Amino acid sequence: MTSTITTYLCIGCPLGCRLEVEEEDAQIVAVRGFSCKRGEEYALQEHTDPRRMVTTTVAITNGRWARLPVKTTAAVPKEHERAVYAALRSVVMRAPIRLGDVVVGNIRGLGVDVVATRDMSEGDGV
Amino acid sequence: MISDKPHHLRQQYDVVVTGAGPAGMAAAIGASEAGAAHVLIIDREREAGGILQQCIHQGFGMHHFGEELTGPEYAQRFLAQVEAHGIDIITDTFVDVARSDKTLKLMSAHEGVRVISAGAVVLATGARERTRGAIRLPGTRPSGIYTAGVAQRFVNMLGCLPGTRAVILGSGDIGLIMARRLALEGVEVVGVYEIMPHPNGLNRNIVHCLHDFDIPLHLSTTVVEVHGRDRLESVTVAPVDDQRVPIMAQAAQIPCDTLLLAIGLIPERELADGLRLRMDTVTGGPLVSSTMETSQDGIYACGNGVHIHDLVDFVTQESLLAGHSAGDSLFGRRPPVDNVRMIPGENVVSCVPHTISTDREHTVYLRVRRALDKCAIRFGEIYEKKLRYVFPAETVTVRLTPRFLARFPGGALRIDILPRQGARGDEEAA
Repeated sequence: MTSTITTYLCIGCPLGCRLEVEEEDAQIVAVRGFSCKRGEEYALQEHTDPRRMVTTTVAITNGRWARLPVKTTAAVPKEHERAVYAALRSVVMRAPIRLGDVVVGNIRGLGVDVVATRDMSEGDGV
Repeated sequence: MISDKPHHLRQQYDVVVTGAGPAGMAAAIGASEAGAAHVLIIDREREAGGILQQCIHQGFGMHHFGEELTGPEYAQRFLAQVEAHGIDIITDTFVDVARSDKTLKLMSAHEGVRVISAGAVVLATGARERTRGAIRLPGTRPSGIYTAGVAQRFVNMLGCLPGTRAVILGSGDIGLIMARRLALEGVEVVGVYEIMPHPNGLNRNIVHCLHDFDIPLHLSTTVVEVHGRDRLESVTVAPVDDQRVPIMAQAAQIPCDTLLLAIGLIPERELADGLRLRMDTVTGGPLVSSTMETSQDGIYACGNGVHIHDLVDFVTQESLLAGHSAGDSLFGRRPPVDNVRMIPGENVVSCVPHTISTDREHTVYLRVRRALDKCAIRFGEIYEKKLRYVFPAETVTVRLTPRFLARFPGGALRIDILPRQGARGDEEAA
């Protein structure tokens, strides 16, 4: 029987509890270190299915600014986070753009769209 | 598409708001809701929205909208309301002087130099970032040293990178967020250095910006010198003792071409100074009453130009109040004069607003000197509330109701935040 303990820093509040998740043979047997229910839930979520929102920018031509801010419509599994960023590096949009316009649909097959987070009118890009 | 083209500029407005960031937009909406017919927002940027436009990350709006938005989304929601209220915005325009008679001298790319007058003025000028001079950082004067917000604008709006290998000084949220932004854009981030023994940003940002990207955080460590002639070549970092004095025997030189300073914000005070407003030496902003009126009649102030807020949602709340008050003043609707002065006491650095009245409810914002676990905030003899914790980096927000205030005869009300005797762990959260 193998036992492992993984530690997490709770992100719920400034207390920053040091959370521990203990596993035996890939089964969670204990969660420790939390001082509220949210901490316990976070430890389990972060241990079993960590997710992150992606917020970044993509290039835009003919826009008021050189970059267009974008986000994923939902959090993506953490292990795919870097790949989503990488996929957005080569995207070039063209103004005008409206908030919510889809920049990349179903990115990397994750079932999540990447959308613009602002209107971008036409301009000289600087 | 939200338009922020300058409208025809009138000679006379009911309310003029200086600054089109979150504070200015909310103040203008507040004034309009209070009945001001002609409201103008002036901004020196090319578009409204303020710093929100470069804060592309999530974390805005949980309190005000009940959902997490990015900065540009938060800005656009307010811009839509500004437009719906028929509020004028003029961009590319700088307020040179605001005078006590509520005239303002503007310099505008479209209008030239103009003087306009207002029934009431709201200062919503926001904050500046502290620079190298604020911490007297010794060394040469090469290029490559930026405040974090300037680098954020480079990366998120202008599409250029500040350098290739960066050191970040300061672990406030903007320092942490820029660490991740730079790492994602291919800049090597050597580390984040923090002079205090604890990080200054949210734990969420410690995890999502540093841990996720394997960026080290060095606590009780600071940058003590910069090197390089034309371009930054390296910085010297050193741990500090408990008096925050660098221990030079343990100093190390770190090669880098970029240093980001994320060392705090200070209210932008030029217009307030020109008006000779009474100022708070701790917050750096003007003294304000419970209606967000400054020491001069009809001149109101709100947002980071008054004191630095943790959350834009609180800026919005405070600025709606300032705008409503400014609008109400036009019609002679003024609440009873404040009869309570707020006096920061034990472990309280500052309190905004600086005065309140006993006849109605108020929200007050306080900053503490040092962290305390399981403590209590006490307002004179009239009200005490248990707090689970306080941290210097987090504002303490307290709502004071007439139920308690009615017990107070008026005058100076001292505020203390004290440890609790025999505290248990199950009290309400801060």
